[in-house]
Amino acid sequence: MTSSGLVVQGQPISDPDGGVKQIVNDFSIQIATVNGSGSQSANNVLLRSIFRMGVPVSSKNLFPSNIAGLPTWYTIRVSRYGWVARKADIDVLIAMNPETAREDVLSLAPGAAVIYDEPFKLNEIRSDLTYYPVPFDRLAAATGADAKVRKLVKNMVYVGVAAHLLSIDMEWVEKTVRKQFAKKVKAAELNLNAVHAGFDYAVSTLTKQDPYVIEHMNATDGKVIIDGNAAAAMGAMFAGVTVVTWYPITPSSSVVEQLIDFMKKYRIEQDGKSNFAIVQAEDELAAIGMVLGAGWAGARSMTATSGPGISLMAEFAGYGYYAEIPGVIFDIQRTGPSTGLPTRTSQADLTFIAGLSHGDTKHVMLIPGTVKECFEFGIEAFDLAEQLQTPIFVLSDLDLGMNSWMSEPFDYPEKPITRGKVLSAQQLEEVGGFARYKDVDGDAIPYRTLPGTDHPAASYFTRGSGHNEKALYTERPDDYENNMLRLARKFETARTLVPKPILEGTGRQRVGIIAFGTSHWAVLESRDQLERESQLPTDYLRIRAYPFTSEIHDFVATHERVYVVEQNRDSQMFNLLKIDLDPTQVTKLHSVRHFNGLPIDARTVTDAIAAQEGAE
Amino acid sequence: MSTTPVTPRPKTNRIGLQVLDYRGGKTTLCAGCGHNVISERITEAFFEMGIQPERVMKMSGIGCSSKSPAYFMSRSFSFNSVHGRMPSVATGALLANKTMKSIGISGDGDTASIGMGQFVHLLRRNVPMIYIIEDNGVYGLTKGQFSATADIGSKLKTGVVNDLPAIDTCALAIQMGATFVGRSFSGDKKQLSAILKAAIAHQGTVMLDVISPCVTFNDHEGSTKSYKYMQEHEESVGEIGFVPHFEEIEVEYDPNTTVNVQLHDGSSLRLRKLHEDYDPTDKIHATKMLMETHAKGEVLTGVFYIDTQKPDFTSLLNMVDEPLATLPQERTRPSREVLAEIMEAHS
Repeated sequence: MTSSGLVVQGQPISDPDGGVKQIVNDFSIQIATVNGSGSQSANNVLLRSIFRMGVPVSSKNLFPSNIAGLPTWYTIRVSRYGWVARKADIDVLIAMNPETAREDVLSLAPGAAVIYDEPFKLNEIRSDLTYYPVPFDRLAAATGADAKVRKLVKNMVYVGVAAHLLSIDMEWVEKTVRKQFAKKVKAAELNLNAVHAGFDYAVSTLTKQDPYVIEHMNATDGKVIIDGNAAAAMGAMFAGVTVVTWYPITPSSSVVEQLIDFMKKYRIEQDGKSNFAIVQAEDELAAIGMVLGAGWAGARSMTATSGPGISLMAEFAGYGYYAEIPGVIFDIQRTGPSTGLPTRTSQADLTFIAGLSHGDTKHVMLIPGTVKECFEFGIEAFDLAEQLQTPIFVLSDLDLGMNSWMSEPFDYPEKPITRGKVLSAQQLEEVGGFARYKDVDGDAIPYRTLPGTDHPAASYFTRGSGHNEKALYTERPDDYENNMLRLARKFETARTLVPKPILEGTGRQRVGIIAFGTSHWAVLESRDQLERESQLPTDYLRIRAYPFTSEIHDFVATHERVYVVEQNRDSQMFNLLKIDLDPTQVTKLHSVRHFNGLPIDARTVTDAIAAQEGAE
Repeated sequence: MSTTPVTPRPKTNRIGLQVLDYRGGKTTLCAGCGHNVISERITEAFFEMGIQPERVMKMSGIGCSSKSPAYFMSRSFSFNSVHGRMPSVATGALLANKTMKSIGISGDGDTASIGMGQFVHLLRRNVPMIYIIEDNGVYGLTKGQFSATADIGSKLKTGVVNDLPAIDTCALAIQMGATFVGRSFSGDKKQLSAILKAAIAHQGTVMLDVISPCVTFNDHEGSTKSYKYMQEHEESVGEIGFVPHFEEIEVEYDPNTTVNVQLHDGSSLRLRKLHEDYDPTDKIHATKMLMETHAKGEVLTGVFYIDTQKPDFTSLLNMVDEPLATLPQERTRPSREVLAEIMEAHS
């Protein structure tokens, strides 16, 4: 150990003239802490300070299904190129968890830097790393924080250390801390003291030996950082949602928790009354039951859940489809089957939801890939639910929902709220009544009335058993067949209304890639890698909804080979496409899967496609 | 002098509708089924109370009982939902439009087994609706298995003896928070009518267990839900009178023998006490009385418990006065400034 306390056992990466070669704005930082230690604020300050320096960032929070005491990792990817998918290699480690510190160090990329809690004595594990020991406890104690908050303050100390070592602008760190603790002046001061304690210690004691630095850019001007669940909640609020029901489940709980905050702030009327109702239901069966009851009675209603909740909702989902009742269900996917890995991400609810419930059932799914789409589809879902008179499922996932993402600010919805085919008493008088399930307009979407419509012809009987056009009970084979065929035609109408896919590339390459949801970000980066490393240019189509629109058929038809990238074991999107495509096109499809619970990374996609293409 | 035959004008209620306007479809239940009699009483009660049929939501689950809404008030809006999960659907519908009257018809199988979870939460929330259990102790549509309200020791037609205790839905409802709890018998026209009319006037959960013998599967010797058994073992907690708010209330002269309960719309529920010390606002006493009579092999009927002060679920949520279902976009979509403010907070 040197007198400065800096341990350098590895070889720093050097440039030809002998100095340390800098790696600017292109590396990853991992903070290894213990669940429940309050590191989230500190990690957020680090992320946002870099973001405010104009440098593109993304973060992944890897946390256990546990309240406190188990290991948790927060990874910040800094990318001057704007890549925001998970990067498997870690370049800078902040080791705060004694239980995992050794393993964390062993997993690092060569040349990585390790900021660690001095008593861990990690400096002898590997010789190809740069080590920065820091006496966190001593520095936290010096802030004057009492024993209870010292644990939290300790996290802010590493922000200060990292700020010095990585050249993060302290002015932005300070502004970020003040914004984060806007309403808590005392807490802001205490945290700032801690940041400075770490920073001053690093300035006076640590000598920069690793290559990783942050420099100002202007690539984040005007952008926001938000998580997908907050964006979905905003979407629901701007969609004019009035009835919200839920049963807590990770990773969907924060959709409704954030929605409650938004609604209490922005949807209370002048007399102090709420123009909405939010109910924590007794279980998921009740949550979707309330959604359907409210949707039937005319409210814009929603719930949010995850895979296990979706399983419980199956019966009512089929009811909603068959009795034609609007409602919105946000599914923030996590791994399964069963409880699976409750706090890990996946895209494995696709085929289950597509036909959720018994009998011939078909559901419409919207699949956002960005936080902005979480907002936009959060609005669109309600319009579609009422237009199509059916439950609409919005399939986000843990990665999109619970992680912070950079985004362009969201656009105010210009399109007015669409209530679909609802007949008023006056309209009933004019047309002389109606048949609830009659296809009047040729789009297979019938007309409905809302309970309370003051006209003797307004009422109808809603049931999950066989019904004819007039909503009367029937077991007649022709009535059943006609109704089911109309529902199938309605699904074809849905095909023309759902969000279209987005094409990237020239559209003239031999190889195409199809992806959806959060796999998008890895594919973006992978296409760049394939072109640079394997001279393999690709076209890319990002699916955003089910049923599939005609553009998807065209894309497959115009490419020789199409790779379907997804985060599940059973190639679920691949299989849905196989059912939908012309059989002659099916052999063009190839699957690229990733399903270990971690968000997919570009290298996985690149290596899989390069291998199947026989590229170097 | 010539006489013109006078056609008697059909009787109309206070909103000018005839009883025909409250009729439902033709029943497909068995001849003599108690459920049909209940449908008749409901029809009369809504007619006599002058409730616009279009202002009523009829909710049900699955089973013989849950078919009932098809047989009364065709001009009302009906939702025949899934097995045991009617409470959540009814709750959602009332959140969407709290200005509607809601009546839910369930069965003993629908409520006390598959629906138990949602049932207790409906009570706990005091959702403003009338929840009727058409209780016959058996599953009719699946041809006669015991339900969870069948008494211990009672027999199926096939001779099978029930060895599990019955769930007393009334005792449960009192404990869980319903604000109007009673039991009646489909064969007791006077009592059932009075209770139903009071139920319509009440704002909160009305839980009404109506013993309704199943003539096909549970009306035999050894059943405790048969007509004969009920006629022999029914004991009323009190005589019930109902005075609608639009009728003049007569003064009851003997205050020692009656209790008048003022309901939400100004109506009065008049309970004439048979039991000297019966207090319908005392939860503990009501529950004790239910248990004691049950232990004696009697079926206690009447209104056991009533609370007109506890706020119903829609009041608790402090919702605007109008139905949420039809609020215009101007009230439900926040402004551009709100979006800009949230975006700024995330910059």
